[in-house]
Amino acid sequence: MDAILEILVNPAVQAILKIAVIVMGFVMLTGTVLTLMERKWMSAVQDRLGPNRANVGRFTGHGILHIAADGLKSIFKEDTIPEGADRVIFTIAPFFALFASIVIWAIIPFAAPIGGFTFQITDVDIGILLVLAVTSMGVYGAVLAGWCSNNKFAMLGATRATAQMLSYEIFLGLSLVGVFMVNGSVTVSTLVENQNTYWFDGLIPKWGVFTQPLAFVLFFTAMLAEMKRLPFDAPEGESEIIAGYFLEYSGMRWSTFMLAEYLAIVGTAGLTVTLFFGGYHIPWLFADGFHLFGWILELPVWLVALLQIGAFITKTIFFCWLVIILRWTIPRFRFDQIMELGWKKMLPLALANVMVTALVLLAIDHWQAG
Amino acid sequence: MTTKRRLKPLDFGAEPMKIELGPSHPATHGITRFAIELDGEVVVKMEAEIGYLHRGFEKEAEATNYIKIMPYTDRLNYVSPLINNVGYALTVEKLFGVEAPPRAQFARVIMCEISRITDHLTCNGATAMEIGAMTVFLWFLKVREYLWECVEEVTGARLTTNWARIGGNANDLPDGFLPMLEDRLQKVEAVLLEGEALILKNRIFIDRVKDVGILSKERAIEHAFTGPMLRACGVPYDVRRADPYLVYDQLDFEIPVGTVGDCFDRFLVRQEEIRQSISIIRQASDKLPPGDFHCRDRRVWMPDKYEVFNSIEGLIDHFKIVMDGPQPPPGEAYQAVEGGNGELGFYIVSDGSGQPLKCRVRPPCFNFVAAMGEMTVGHYLADIVPIFGSINMIGGELER
Repeated sequence: MDAILEILVNPAVQAILKIAVIVMGFVMLTGTVLTLMERKWMSAVQDRLGPNRANVGRFTGHGILHIAADGLKSIFKEDTIPEGADRVIFTIAPFFALFASIVIWAIIPFAAPIGGFTFQITDVDIGILLVLAVTSMGVYGAVLAGWCSNNKFAMLGATRATAQMLSYEIFLGLSLVGVFMVNGSVTVSTLVENQNTYWFDGLIPKWGVFTQPLAFVLFFTAMLAEMKRLPFDAPEGESEIIAGYFLEYSGMRWSTFMLAEYLAIVGTAGLTVTLFFGGYHIPWLFADGFHLFGWILELPVWLVALLQIGAFITKTIFFCWLVIILRWTIPRFRFDQIMELGWKKMLPLALANVMVTALVLLAIDHWQAG
Repeated sequence: MTTKRRLKPLDFGAEPMKIELGPSHPATHGITRFAIELDGEVVVKMEAEIGYLHRGFEKEAEATNYIKIMPYTDRLNYVSPLINNVGYALTVEKLFGVEAPPRAQFARVIMCEISRITDHLTCNGATAMEIGAMTVFLWFLKVREYLWECVEEVTGARLTTNWARIGGNANDLPDGFLPMLEDRLQKVEAVLLEGEALILKNRIFIDRVKDVGILSKERAIEHAFTGPMLRACGVPYDVRRADPYLVYDQLDFEIPVGTVGDCFDRFLVRQEEIRQSISIIRQASDKLPPGDFHCRDRRVWMPDKYEVFNSIEGLIDHFKIVMDGPQPPPGEAYQAVEGGNGELGFYIVSDGSGQPLKCRVRPPCFNFVAAMGEMTVGHYLADIVPIFGSINMIGGELER
């Protein structure tokens, strides 16, 4: 028994277990279910039922079996590699995309730490900067896939993806600078804990969205563009360049791209929640229970942790829903309009946000110093 | 945002990239092929190649009697088949010099306008879909389905209607049809507003279609544009007004015109025409006179069964129509109707036999596709999609 405990307290073992639980149990699961839920939600918007025909005997489960059916279908489909394609790069390109959408989860906390145990795979010092680095890796998936497919449409998609993701990377970073300045830190645990402090005598939580509203809009827009969702899906541009950079892919490799896209949605939602919507925090819930207007409701530690995990997952799913509903509400930008929006509107706004934040912080410092 | 933007290729000294859009490509619905030369993303040259849906309608018509040609006309413009039916019937009636009775004519107007609505709904919905507004497309298709149910109620089919006849219609409007239609029209009006609320105030949509694919009034006339495409350029030409057929001269409607002639104007013109068509249907329903739904001319319409069984003339007329088909006097006739896309003309030459010597269709979208190159050069690759959507190419009609 002691031997097992000794293994369990080993940080490496803990990390592996957390990876297994978080990535397999939450991220992959949510991403897979989203593939169905997107079609269901979109059908609700469009006055129709959506997929509901996959069945085992008489059981259809309102389409829940489509998840399995899709997976099975893409496993059994022929996996073609076009003539003239670079076989090695063609084979590994989908995993670049997948890698980027999964690694984000390394730093996202699910609940406040209990004792020495954190509900976070790792709390690295560079924190959110890791996210910026990793999302930049995502562009390799698109570029390599488009470049090595030996297809003009795919190459057009790849060039669009490169230009778009590089441009939006810039104000993605700039929009976060404001958040870093307010918190004075880039470590995720600090960022999240600071969002459980309050204005007006414990009334309004200092969520990122209240301290940095513009940064939230910019960040969310940039993330939409990073994961190539509508209205920024010009790299896929189904109506003109068919599927863009993954045009030549089929079977499971194609599914990997699709899965990466959905995982990116979950990742974006998780990041947005962590940075701007209090992370796992429920307003007025502290480690020992609820505190509001001097009134205290004490809760056991395990219940607080469960509530926090539940809150985080709920918020994340809400943002997944928002991303999907956005797609079915607004049309697609043209490619040059995306560039124009990024460089001419978003970038100046992001810079202005940094500027204003700096001035306000300076003013507060002066005022407090007397 | 950007205005009157036609881009010049960058002077890199690089060869343009040649790509083929189609024949099977999501944007080229109704099969066609665009050979495009791209400089970066800017189109420097574009040629449309047609013919993938050629079925030889005109040649087939020469080997078929006048009655049996009717089902083929369904397949011309397959989003508004009733207008084709009526156009063809009117042409043959002109050859014979017969006219359908007023009730049949009003019924034809109603059915034609339903078809025009379905045509415009499809076109505008598809344009929106290709820009990414999938939801609008599906909403429009939903109400199109309501209207097709009305068409099914009358003709027995949603698409292959085969309803008009030489000298009348296949059947009268069924009982309870007009209230049903009114109910459906109200739904169409509601969905039009819903769809417009979603995209007409949407900056992304407007940026995608405004000032895209402009063709000047003069060039449009030189290209022999008709229909919404021409009206979007600001020319109020409508066959229903310029050369009234059926009972359009007794109905009150407006001809919406655009100002610039871009994709946005075309979209708006079609939206307004749907509203005008709804008004026309309501007027025609009010004015629908009682009476026969077909003429009594023995050359084109079979005599009643009572006469066939009881008189020698009746029997002979029945026999002649069944064996030879109606035989118009030698001569030629051209009749144009305002189709969903513009002037849909039928030109038929008769040598006095039961089959046309020559049948020719003037498809409105032929001219539009011919002008595709002119409209797209200097635009981005992505602009081809709304431009092509706005011309509403229907392969069946274009390639016959």
